[in-house]
Amino acid sequence: MTANDVFQIGLFLAVLLALVKPVGQYMALVFADEPNRVTRVGAGVERLLYRLAGIRADEDMGWKRYAIAMLVFNVAGLAVVYLLQRTQQWLPLNPQHLAAVAPDSAMNTAISFASNTNWQGYAGESTMSYLTQALGLTVQNFLSAATGIAVLIAIVRGFVRRGASTLGNFWVDMTRATLYVLLPLSVVIALLFVSQGVVQNIAPYLDVTTLEHARQTLPMGPVASQEAIKMLGTNGGGFFNANSAHPFENPTPFSNFVQMLAIFIIPAALCYTFGSMVGDRRQGWAILATMLLLFVPLTLGLVAAEQAGNPAFHGLAVDAQASALQAGGNMEGKETRFGIASSGLFAAITTAASCGAVNAMHDSLTPLGGLVPMWLMQLGEVVFGGVGSGLYGMLAFAVVAVFIAGLMVGRTPEYLGKKIEAHEMKMASLAVLIPCALVVICTAIAVMAPAGVAGVANPGAHGFSEMLYAVTSASNNNGSAFAGLSANTPFWNVLLGICMFLARFPLAIAMLAMAGSLAAKRAVPVSAGTLPTHTPLFVALLACVVIVVGALTFLPALALGPIAEQLMSATGH
Amino acid sequence: MAKILRNGIVLLLLLTAVTGVAYPLAVTAVAAVLFPGQANGSVVERDGKPVGSSLIGQSFTTPGYFWGRPSATTPGPDNAAASTGSNLGPTNPALAEAAKQRIAALRAADPGNAALVPVELVAASASGLDPEISPAAARYQVARVARARGLDVAKVQALVDEHTQQRQLGVLGEPRVNVLALNMALDSVAR
Repeated sequence: MTANDVFQIGLFLAVLLALVKPVGQYMALVFADEPNRVTRVGAGVERLLYRLAGIRADEDMGWKRYAIAMLVFNVAGLAVVYLLQRTQQWLPLNPQHLAAVAPDSAMNTAISFASNTNWQGYAGESTMSYLTQALGLTVQNFLSAATGIAVLIAIVRGFVRRGASTLGNFWVDMTRATLYVLLPLSVVIALLFVSQGVVQNIAPYLDVTTLEHARQTLPMGPVASQEAIKMLGTNGGGFFNANSAHPFENPTPFSNFVQMLAIFIIPAALCYTFGSMVGDRRQGWAILATMLLLFVPLTLGLVAAEQAGNPAFHGLAVDAQASALQAGGNMEGKETRFGIASSGLFAAITTAASCGAVNAMHDSLTPLGGLVPMWLMQLGEVVFGGVGSGLYGMLAFAVVAVFIAGLMVGRTPEYLGKKIEAHEMKMASLAVLIPCALVVICTAIAVMAPAGVAGVANPGAHGFSEMLYAVTSASNNNGSAFAGLSANTPFWNVLLGICMFLARFPLAIAMLAMAGSLAAKRAVPVSAGTLPTHTPLFVALLACVVIVVGALTFLPALALGPIAEQLMSATGH
Repeated sequence: MAKILRNGIVLLLLLTAVTGVAYPLAVTAVAAVLFPGQANGSVVERDGKPVGSSLIGQSFTTPGYFWGRPSATTPGPDNAAASTGSNLGPTNPALAEAAKQRIAALRAADPGNAALVPVELVAASASGLDPEISPAAARYQVARVARARGLDVAKVQALVDEHTQQRQLGVLGEPRVNVLALNMALDSVAR
């Protein structure tokens, strides 16, 4: 690794950490039960929306009603995205006259965007009309992210409330997440992007004649507005096929830096919001520390592997040394402006968070460089993770961690003053195990089905990695890909559609069920036997639990994919 | 249940209007005022005609132009309407084969040049539309371009240096040379 590689990573972490407190404090005000200086600003707009929709904002929902509202809202959104794709050829704002999307692909995409996965089997510039992009995809970018935040806030209320039967109002939480958090930040970020060169218009594609007299068609569209929420909501679905590698989506190193910050800022700041809501900020910092403890070494490993380059080029007359004049390293599938550091850091961020945007082609990463993104997803998208969903996933692991600690000393485990009993453990275990089971079972199905193997682009162990990566990505609502895999087929669209739906909604419902039961409990006073959950000891324990679950479940599969490929690559096969 | 359905569907439509209509239109309107050039694709003109975008790579094949990153788009390279990388895995024999062919093509166009080929001229970009190359990749091509155009090597190298952008804000990304801008500068020297 070069000194600049390390410096760019350090700078990113420093800026991120500086933003955690202000953004976290702001969100704590947005979701506070009592009106305050923040929520008064938009109170008029909120009241209007609720009146038109017949919503009683003061209605407090039990966990079941909260879950039903969440499901109704998301399934309705899914239906809208599906219908828009199927009818876009008759609708306006389609200057390229793009045809209706095939049913299996349309269903896959609808689930993908409603579940905050944003897996893309299609190529945006040749598939989706501007209307579909704006009314369908951009809207779900907002609302799936707002749903994640709302569910998290409800779950945290489960820890906070005592002897209560309710968790809050889904409509209010979701609307506030959209209006106060996602929308204003998106406007600022979108304009920053345009200043760097991200396109933002509704003009038809532009034909030009190049210097060598060839014709080139420049794609256009309302890209910056979608790009901002794509990052901020950890969505990741690109306007164009090449996603954030496309110069019209991510034109400069500065736009790239803003994109990376936009991915992490809400998941990181929500840790602070959580600490603030439970009345002990150290609890939030401990969770954030755990995430960083897992993130930093894996990121450094990824960047080092990419900077070391590809042994396949060693015998050739190629100069891959890093110098003042070039980034060097493994530049296949990477952009010159990003080089190794900005590409490697982005790859780690986008898979640690369940974003899935890419600024380099993950399929062309070195074997160990590709192992890191895959494993970051397999850890359950809890290292930052999706907006909201990452933190509630990590809270499930925290419950498992205090349970394991309780077993060691023979006491009933507690977390944040609430006793963790059989019901909570069942729900937390479900939340931990659903994505694991989906990855293992569905990869096995894909490997055994001729239609699954048919999509593979690269030979040998790497071909297996392509399938494992796809199922991992869908089953953890990430959305990035080893994109050589031809996944826009009925088999893959259906299989991955099922994975995305099951990973998102049953998991959220299990966590809401846990929160419902926690809210009803009384607080247990802290005693000498209570395990403190804000200490370095707990941070280490929690990180170990995450690693052990991720390693035990996935090492055999990883051994057949990236690890086997690394051994072949290193020995010159 | 009926109430929840009504609440959800109406709220979905309202928030669609806010986030799917008002938001993109507002950003489009503000962008058109503040950053009209960028919002419309950073189009580069010569003699009043658009010849490309400063952000989108073009295919250059003649020895008198600097060549950009290899592009894996189909049917031809630098197809801006169909961005993609090669997605070749690191151990795929096709990747090493493509690298050999690119090295052979560069050597054939510049037989006297025995220097190692900078990796960016051998490895395909992520988007297939990378508008830039590293200063090392530009330097490698200076002698060839100078010979083809009958220009002084020092003069061409000076043009490359002039078009080299350092890391943004001194830290971010990598140093780079915009290939289209450099080639247009070459054309205006020759005239």
